[in-house]
Amino acid sequence: MEFGIFTVGDVTTDPTTGRTPSEHERIKATLAIAQKAEEVGLDVFATGEHHNPPFVPSSPTTLLGYLAARTERLVLSTSTTLITTNDPVKIAEDYAYLQHLAEGRVDLMMGRGNTGPVYPWFGQDIRRGIELAVENYALLRRLWREDVVDWEGTFRTPLQGFTATPRPLDGVPPFVWHGSIRSPEIAEQAAYYGDGFFHNNIFWPMSHTRRMVDLYRQRYAHHGHGGPEQAVVGLGGQVFMRGNSQDAVREFRPYFDNAPVYGHGPSLEDFTEQTPLTVGSPQQVVERTLGFRDAVGDYQRQLFLMDHAGLPLKTVLEQLDILGEEVVPVLRKEFAALRPAGVPETAPPHPAVARGSAAPAAPAAHAVEEG
Amino acid sequence: MTAPRTAPVRLAVVSAGLGVPSSTRLLADRITASVRGELAARERPVEVTVVELRDLAVPIAHHLVTGFPPPALEEASLAVARADGLIAVTPVFSASFSGLFKSFFDLLDPDALTGTPVLAAATGGTARHSLVLEHALRPLFAHLRARTVPTAVYAASEDWGGAGDALTEDLPVRIGRAARELAVLLDAPAADRAPQPDPADLFA
Repeated sequence: MEFGIFTVGDVTTDPTTGRTPSEHERIKATLAIAQKAEEVGLDVFATGEHHNPPFVPSSPTTLLGYLAARTERLVLSTSTTLITTNDPVKIAEDYAYLQHLAEGRVDLMMGRGNTGPVYPWFGQDIRRGIELAVENYALLRRLWREDVVDWEGTFRTPLQGFTATPRPLDGVPPFVWHGSIRSPEIAEQAAYYGDGFFHNNIFWPMSHTRRMVDLYRQRYAHHGHGGPEQAVVGLGGQVFMRGNSQDAVREFRPYFDNAPVYGHGPSLEDFTEQTPLTVGSPQQVVERTLGFRDAVGDYQRQLFLMDHAGLPLKTVLEQLDILGEEVVPVLRKEFAALRPAGVPETAPPHPAVARGSAAPAAPAAHAVEEG
Repeated sequence: MTAPRTAPVRLAVVSAGLGVPSSTRLLADRITASVRGELAARERPVEVTVVELRDLAVPIAHHLVTGFPPPALEEASLAVARADGLIAVTPVFSASFSGLFKSFFDLLDPDALTGTPVLAAATGGTARHSLVLEHALRPLFAHLRARTVPTAVYAASEDWGGAGDALTEDLPVRIGRAARELAVLLDAPAADRAPQPDPADLFA
């Protein structure tokens, strides 16, 4: 099982000091956080993509390309890549290029984006979000798998004799997750292709996450990719920890109360009860996270949201130390002991990573799939 | 789905009164009793669920902020969505329904009331606001594709002690007429109402 962090990349005022970091500070902090993730033994760093303030990560492959050079093992991923408003041709090229820089340590998560104006800013219509996700992803898959593509669709200009360059590393495209909070069509899309399904598991009750994952697992089996228990599932989560749980609650409360998404609403106590948010000791986080497995079955990737709501960099790095030292090692052991044979431990790694070597690979036959 | 005629009619009552006791709730109870009587005369048992929005004011605010309903609100919303008929009563605030009343319906699934017979009612300090039923409540339920009965009931303070006048029947007569209209719809075979997925099942 893989453990990691995902970031929204928000620039938020620290409610305890009133200080707002600059965009530059936020970007540099993101680099420090990602490198810390590798240092403390996490497996994955994933960045969001946004095109409106107060968020900075508009250019994920620039960020991940830098991190590719500064890290050795970390899988570089996204949470999410906007499959609706980005040109699928550019996604195909950017992430294939990133694969080469990172020696295959790349996967990505498709998402639609829920900020209304971003769609028209990029020439699209949010009401056609699902159709955009379906058509653009179908094209993206072909661009990675077929050397020469002739294509015509509804949303972008047709392609005649087009080759996306560079070709994916060793001819094997990055693994793809599809992220959705509440659209069954996206769970179906992930299942149809035998791709991974990721639920952000942050804002809604666990019962809802379970329904989405159950649907994905059933449809994964229906489409003949394996048993429902073999489907590739990822979950988000958010935690704040201190050795003493009362200290964690006291320190996190002002950040919770003023958080951009749920602040000024329910109490910290109500929200931790009704959603997967855990504020407490490392042991409480271990127990809560193991409980996710009770809800959705054995799963392959757990990402935590750690750097948000105005938490200062120093605090985030301390949180990563606790996560790496006291939480993840226990979770790795527990999850491994519970996982039955036949259930994949992780999403399929890129062959370059599976070889455990950064040496250039012999040319491999292109993996060709039917469109 | 057409329920057998022996199955109880599920009637939901939404009351947005804020006082305790509340004249809005009083009107809701009077209308409910009248509908119950009309259905009893047609040998139809009734199962009533009353949703007091005052008790849900904080969960409604939380749902607006977080995007998901706290358990008590989810239960109330499901009861309304699953009901065969709805009595909806609001006090008049600033020329319209109360914000709390509107927020509850804002948070319902957009299809939750499609085809559902609805009796709309309102209370106010003066009869001068009575057209709020026609200008605010009726368009809201039209938007939700509910089947609002022709008579909407308005109770001003004076109605609780009045006997009507040459041009207006008194409150019990208006309640009785509206209740009869709702009972007729509730007693009718539901064949012309589109079958709806259980709102609890997101993926139906």
